[in-house]
Amino acid sequence: MAMTLDKLKEIREKMQADLNQRDNSEGKIRVLVGMATCGIASGARPVLRTLSEDVQEKNMTDKIMVTQTGCIGLCQYEPIVEVVEPGKPKVTYIYMNPDKAQEVFNRHLVGGHVVREYTLESSNLK
Amino acid sequence: MMPEISLNILDIVENSTRAGASLVTIEIAVDTAADTMTVVIADDGCGMTQEQVQAVTDPFFTTRKTRKVGLGVPFLKQAAELTGGSFRIESEPGAGTTVTAVFGYSSIDRQPLGDMDGTILTLIDCHPDVDFLYIYRYNEKSFELDTRQMREILGGVPLNSQDVTEFIRQYLKENRADTDGGAVY
Repeated sequence: MAMTLDKLKEIREKMQADLNQRDNSEGKIRVLVGMATCGIASGARPVLRTLSEDVQEKNMTDKIMVTQTGCIGLCQYEPIVEVVEPGKPKVTYIYMNPDKAQEVFNRHLVGGHVVREYTLESSNLK
Repeated sequence: MMPEISLNILDIVENSTRAGASLVTIEIAVDTAADTMTVVIADDGCGMTQEQVQAVTDPFFTTRKTRKVGLGVPFLKQAAELTGGSFRIESEPGAGTTVTAVFGYSSIDRQPLGDMDGTILTLIDCHPDVDFLYIYRYNEKSFELDTRQMREILGGVPLNSQDVTEFIRQYLKENRADTDGGAVY
Protein backbone atom coordinates (compact mmCIF):
# COMPACT_ATOMS: atom_id res chain seq x y z
CA MET A 1 0.00 0.00 0.00
CA ALA A 2 1.51 3.29 -1.07
CA MET A 3 1.62 6.46 0.93
CA THR A 4 -1.51 8.52 1.62
CA LEU A 5 -2.07 12.14 2.61
CA ASP A 6 -2.50 11.18 6.27
CA LYS A 7 1.11 11.89 7.08
CA LEU A 8 0.45 15.57 6.36
CA LYS A 9 -1.46 15.83 9.65
CA GLU A 10 1.72 15.06 11.56
CA ILE A 11 3.59 17.67 9.54
CA ARG A 12 0.90 20.21 10.32
CA GLU A 13 1.16 19.61 14.05
CA LYS A 14 4.92 19.77 13.98
CA MET A 15 5.09 22.89 11.82
CA GLN A 16 2.33 25.05 13.19
CA ALA A 17 4.46 26.29 16.06
CA ASP A 18 6.82 28.28 13.86
CA LEU A 19 4.31 29.46 11.29
CA ASN A 20 4.35 33.07 12.45
CA GLN A 21 7.93 33.56 11.37
CA ARG A 22 7.28 32.71 7.75
CA ASP A 23 6.32 34.47 4.58
CA ASN A 24 8.17 37.68 5.02
CA SER A 25 10.08 38.20 1.80
CA GLU A 26 11.46 41.60 2.79
CA GLY A 27 15.20 41.70 3.28
CA LYS A 28 15.63 38.21 1.88
CA ILE A 29 18.22 37.21 -0.65
CA ARG A 30 16.38 36.26 -3.83
CA VAL A 31 17.80 33.52 -6.00
CA LEU A 32 16.17 33.55 -9.43
CA VAL A 33 16.48 30.63 -11.82
CA GLY A 34 15.60 31.27 -15.46
CA MET A 35 12.78 28.85 -16.23
CA ALA A 36 11.51 29.88 -19.63
CA THR A 37 11.70 27.43 -22.55
CA CYS A 38 15.40 28.23 -23.06
CA GLY A 39 16.30 27.67 -19.41
CA ILE A 40 14.26 24.49 -19.05
CA ALA A 41 15.71 23.03 -22.26
CA SER A 42 19.26 23.63 -21.10
CA GLY A 43 18.87 22.10 -17.66
CA ALA A 44 17.37 24.67 -15.27
CA ARG A 45 15.08 22.25 -13.46
CA PRO A 46 17.80 20.26 -11.64
CA VAL A 47 19.63 23.53 -10.89
CA LEU A 48 16.51 24.92 -9.22
CA ARG A 49 15.91 21.67 -7.33
CA THR A 50 19.50 21.70 -6.02
CA LEU A 51 19.30 25.28 -4.76
CA SER A 52 15.83 24.88 -3.34
CA GLU A 53 16.75 21.70 -1.46
CA ASP A 54 20.02 23.18 -0.16
CA VAL A 55 18.17 26.17 1.27
CA GLN A 56 15.62 23.88 2.94
CA GLU A 57 18.24 21.50 4.30
CA LYS A 58 20.35 24.26 5.79
CA ASN A 59 17.24 25.87 7.32
CA MET A 60 17.82 29.11 5.45
CA THR A 61 14.29 29.65 4.12
CA ASP A 62 13.92 32.69 6.37
CA LYS A 63 16.93 34.32 4.68
CA ILE A 64 16.89 33.04 1.11
CA MET A 65 14.06 32.68 -1.36
CA VAL A 66 14.65 30.48 -4.40
CA THR A 67 12.24 31.13 -7.20
CA GLN A 68 11.98 31.22 -10.95
CA THR A 69 12.07 33.95 -13.49
CA GLY A 70 11.29 34.13 -17.18
CA CYS A 71 13.67 34.52 -20.08
CA ILE A 72 16.01 37.46 -19.59
CA GLY A 73 17.20 37.47 -23.18
CA LEU A 74 20.51 35.65 -22.67
CA CYS A 75 19.24 32.27 -23.84
CA GLN A 76 22.67 31.18 -25.07
CA TYR A 77 24.06 31.34 -21.51
CA GLU A 78 21.31 29.31 -19.83
CA PRO A 79 20.90 27.85 -17.27
CA ILE A 80 21.19 31.25 -15.58
CA VAL A 81 20.94 31.94 -11.87
CA GLU A 82 20.64 35.50 -10.56
CA VAL A 83 21.36 36.35 -6.95
CA VAL A 84 19.65 39.53 -5.79
CA GLU A 85 20.73 40.70 -2.38
CA PRO A 86 19.35 43.91 -0.86
CA GLY A 87 21.89 46.71 -1.10
CA LYS A 88 24.29 44.83 -3.39
CA PRO A 89 24.68 44.64 -7.17
CA LYS A 90 22.92 41.70 -8.79
CA VAL A 91 25.14 38.71 -9.59
CA THR A 92 24.39 36.71 -12.73
CA TYR A 93 25.74 33.18 -12.95
CA ILE A 94 25.74 31.50 -16.34
CA TYR A 95 26.07 27.93 -17.68
CA MET A 96 24.89 26.52 -14.37
CA ASN A 97 24.52 22.83 -13.56
CA PRO A 98 23.69 21.10 -10.26
CA ASP A 99 27.37 20.88 -9.21
CA LYS A 100 28.07 24.53 -9.93
CA ALA A 101 24.80 25.49 -8.23
CA GLN A 102 25.93 23.57 -5.16
CA GLU A 103 29.18 25.52 -5.20
CA VAL A 104 27.33 28.83 -5.56
CA PHE A 105 25.17 27.86 -2.61
CA ASN A 106 28.14 26.98 -0.40
CA ARG A 107 30.52 29.75 -1.38
CA HIS A 108 28.14 32.64 -2.12
CA LEU A 109 24.85 32.10 -0.30
CA VAL A 110 26.40 30.57 2.81
CA GLY A 111 29.94 31.92 2.61
CA GLY A 112 29.15 35.39 1.31
CA HIS A 113 31.72 35.39 -1.50
CA VAL A 114 30.70 35.70 -5.14
CA VAL A 115 31.96 32.77 -7.22
CA ARG A 116 33.58 34.99 -9.82
CA GLU A 117 34.55 32.33 -12.32
CA TYR A 118 30.91 31.45 -13.04
CA THR A 119 29.58 34.96 -13.47
CA LEU A 120 28.48 36.57 -16.71
CA GLU A 121 30.80 39.44 -15.89
CA SER A 122 33.93 37.30 -15.76
CA SER A 123 33.17 35.42 -18.97
CA ASN A 124 34.58 36.96 -22.09
CA LEU A 125 31.32 36.30 -23.87
CA LYS A 126 29.50 39.41 -24.79
CA MET B 1 13.46 20.15 -28.72
CA MET B 2 13.28 19.26 -25.07
CA PRO B 3 15.25 16.17 -23.98
CA GLU B 4 12.34 14.86 -21.86
CA ILE B 5 8.56 15.11 -22.12
CA SER B 6 8.40 16.10 -18.43
CA LEU B 7 10.39 19.24 -19.29
CA ASN B 8 7.96 20.06 -22.07
CA ILE B 9 5.18 19.75 -19.53
CA LEU B 10 6.97 22.07 -17.09
CA ASP B 11 7.34 24.63 -19.86
CA ILE B 12 3.69 24.44 -20.95
CA VAL B 13 2.42 24.69 -17.36
CA GLU B 14 4.42 27.89 -17.01
CA ASN B 15 2.13 29.32 -19.69
CA SER B 16 -0.86 28.35 -17.55
CA THR B 17 0.50 30.02 -14.43
CA ARG B 18 1.37 33.12 -16.42
CA ALA B 19 -2.20 33.13 -17.72
CA GLY B 20 -3.31 33.65 -14.14
CA ALA B 21 -4.60 30.11 -13.54
CA SER B 22 -5.62 29.22 -10.01
CA LEU B 23 -5.84 25.49 -10.80
CA VAL B 24 -3.78 23.54 -13.31
CA THR B 25 -4.59 19.89 -13.97
CA ILE B 26 -1.80 17.75 -15.37
CA GLU B 27 -2.68 14.28 -16.50
CA ILE B 28 -0.40 11.56 -17.85
CA ALA B 29 -2.14 8.45 -19.14
CA VAL B 30 -0.35 5.44 -20.57
CA ASP B 31 -2.44 2.87 -22.39
CA THR B 32 -0.16 0.09 -23.55
CA ALA B 33 -2.94 -1.78 -25.39
CA ALA B 34 -3.77 1.31 -27.47
CA ASP B 35 -0.03 2.09 -27.62
CA THR B 36 -0.58 5.69 -26.52
CA MET B 37 0.74 8.03 -23.92
CA THR B 38 -1.53 11.03 -23.46
CA VAL B 39 -0.57 14.27 -21.76
CA VAL B 40 -3.31 16.74 -20.87
CA ILE B 41 -2.66 20.15 -19.31
CA ALA B 42 -5.81 22.05 -18.42
CA ASP B 43 -5.99 25.43 -16.71
CA ASP B 44 -8.57 27.98 -15.65
CA GLY B 45 -6.44 30.93 -16.73
CA CYS B 46 -7.33 33.83 -19.01
CA GLY B 47 -7.65 31.69 -22.14
CA MET B 48 -7.01 32.69 -25.74
CA THR B 49 -9.00 33.91 -28.69
CA GLN B 50 -9.47 31.61 -31.69
CA GLU B 51 -6.89 33.67 -33.60
CA GLN B 52 -4.35 33.18 -30.83
CA VAL B 53 -5.07 29.44 -30.68
CA GLN B 54 -4.46 29.22 -34.42
CA ALA B 55 -1.23 31.17 -34.14
CA VAL B 56 0.28 29.62 -31.04
CA THR B 57 1.77 26.57 -32.74
CA ASP B 58 3.75 28.91 -34.97
CA PRO B 59 7.23 29.37 -33.46
CA PHE B 60 7.23 32.98 -34.57
CA PHE B 61 4.14 33.86 -32.61
CA THR B 62 4.35 34.99 -29.00
CA THR B 63 2.49 37.50 -26.84
CA ARG B 64 5.74 38.51 -25.20
CA LYS B 65 7.21 41.87 -25.95
CA THR B 66 10.81 40.90 -25.21
CA ARG B 67 11.45 38.90 -28.37
CA LYS B 68 9.70 37.47 -31.35
CA VAL B 69 9.77 33.70 -30.81
CA GLY B 70 7.87 31.29 -28.59
CA LEU B 71 9.02 27.70 -28.83
CA GLY B 72 7.24 25.96 -25.95
CA VAL B 73 4.06 24.92 -27.73
CA PRO B 74 5.76 24.13 -31.08
CA PHE B 75 8.24 21.86 -29.24
CA LEU B 76 5.48 19.82 -27.64
CA LYS B 77 3.49 19.63 -30.86
CA GLN B 78 6.51 18.46 -32.81
CA ALA B 79 7.48 15.94 -30.11
CA ALA B 80 3.99 14.38 -30.22
CA GLU B 81 3.55 14.42 -33.99
CA LEU B 82 6.96 12.85 -34.57
CA THR B 83 5.69 9.73 -32.80
CA GLY B 84 2.59 9.43 -35.01
CA GLY B 85 0.54 11.09 -32.28
CA SER B 86 -1.54 14.22 -32.25
CA PHE B 87 -1.73 17.65 -30.68
CA ARG B 88 -4.68 19.86 -29.84
CA ILE B 89 -5.39 23.10 -28.02
CA GLU B 90 -8.82 24.18 -26.91
CA SER B 91 -9.24 27.58 -25.37
CA GLU B 92 -11.79 30.21 -24.61
CA PRO B 93 -11.15 33.72 -23.34
CA GLY B 94 -12.02 33.87 -19.66
CA ALA B 95 -12.53 30.12 -19.34
CA GLY B 96 -9.05 28.62 -19.69
CA THR B 97 -6.96 26.48 -21.97
CA THR B 98 -6.57 22.74 -22.44
CA VAL B 99 -3.56 21.30 -24.26
CA THR B 100 -3.67 17.65 -25.27
CA ALA B 101 -0.69 15.79 -26.71
CA VAL B 102 -0.94 12.14 -27.67
CA PHE B 103 2.31 10.24 -28.20
CA GLY B 104 2.86 6.86 -29.85
CA TYR B 105 3.94 4.95 -26.76
CA SER B 106 6.28 2.48 -28.46
CA SER B 107 7.50 4.88 -31.14
CA ILE B 108 11.28 4.97 -31.41
CA ASP B 109 10.99 8.74 -31.79
CA ARG B 110 9.19 9.27 -28.50
CA GLN B 111 11.32 11.00 -25.89
CA PRO B 112 11.32 9.50 -22.41
CA LEU B 113 8.78 10.91 -19.97
CA GLY B 114 11.72 11.74 -17.70
CA ASP B 115 11.63 13.13 -14.20
CA MET B 116 7.94 13.91 -13.85
CA ASP B 117 8.26 14.07 -10.05
CA GLY B 118 10.88 16.80 -10.47
CA THR B 119 8.49 18.77 -12.66
CA ILE B 120 5.65 18.53 -10.12
CA LEU B 121 7.95 19.45 -7.22
CA THR B 122 9.32 22.43 -9.13
CA LEU B 123 5.83 23.69 -9.98
CA ILE B 124 4.55 23.41 -6.41
CA ASP B 125 7.72 25.02 -5.10
CA CYS B 126 7.67 28.00 -7.48
CA HIS B 127 3.94 28.71 -7.49
CA PRO B 128 2.78 28.76 -3.89
CA ASP B 129 -0.48 30.49 -4.87
CA VAL B 130 -1.52 28.07 -7.62
CA ASP B 131 -3.19 24.70 -7.07
CA PHE B 132 -2.15 21.63 -9.02
CA LEU B 133 -4.02 18.43 -9.65
CA TYR B 134 -1.69 15.75 -10.93
CA ILE B 135 -3.26 12.58 -12.27
CA TYR B 136 -1.08 9.66 -13.28
CA ARG B 137 -2.63 6.68 -15.07
CA TYR B 138 -0.93 3.53 -16.22
CA ASN B 139 -3.39 1.18 -17.90
CA GLU B 140 -6.16 0.50 -15.38
CA LYS B 141 -4.32 1.89 -12.34
CA SER B 142 -4.01 5.51 -11.30
CA PHE B 143 -3.22 7.94 -8.51
CA GLU B 144 -3.62 11.65 -7.89
CA LEU B 145 -1.94 14.43 -6.00
CA ASP B 146 -4.24 17.37 -5.32
CA THR B 147 -2.70 20.41 -3.63
CA ARG B 148 -6.17 21.65 -2.66
CA GLN B 149 -6.64 18.57 -0.45
CA MET B 150 -3.13 19.01 0.90
CA ARG B 151 -3.75 22.65 1.83
CA GLU B 152 -6.90 21.67 3.65
CA ILE B 153 -5.04 19.17 5.81
CA LEU B 154 -2.02 21.42 6.30
CA GLY B 155 -3.88 24.49 7.52
CA GLY B 156 -1.47 27.38 7.07
CA VAL B 157 1.68 25.28 6.66
CA PRO B 158 3.14 26.27 3.28
CA LEU B 159 3.38 23.65 0.52
CA ASN B 160 6.99 24.57 -0.10
CA SER B 161 8.27 23.95 3.41
CA GLN B 162 10.89 21.23 3.78
CA ASP B 163 8.80 18.52 5.41
CA VAL B 164 6.03 18.96 2.88
CA THR B 165 8.48 18.90 -0.06
CA GLU B 166 9.94 15.68 1.32
CA PHE B 167 6.43 14.26 1.77
CA ILE B 168 5.52 15.08 -1.84
CA ARG B 169 8.73 13.49 -3.11
CA GLN B 170 8.02 10.25 -1.26
CA TYR B 171 4.33 10.30 -2.12
CA LEU B 172 5.00 10.68 -5.84
CA LYS B 173 7.72 8.02 -5.84
CA GLU B 174 5.75 5.39 -3.95
CA ASN B 175 2.45 5.97 -5.70
CA ARG B 176 4.03 5.99 -9.11
CA ALA B 177 5.76 2.66 -8.42
CA ASP B 178 2.46 1.29 -7.15
CA THR B 179 0.65 2.47 -10.27
CA ASP B 180 3.05 1.50 -13.05
CA GLY B 181 4.96 -1.30 -11.31
CA GLY B 182 8.24 0.51 -11.91
CA ALA B 183 7.85 0.75 -15.68
CA VAL B 184 10.65 2.71 -17.32
CA TYR B 185 9.59 4.71 -20.35
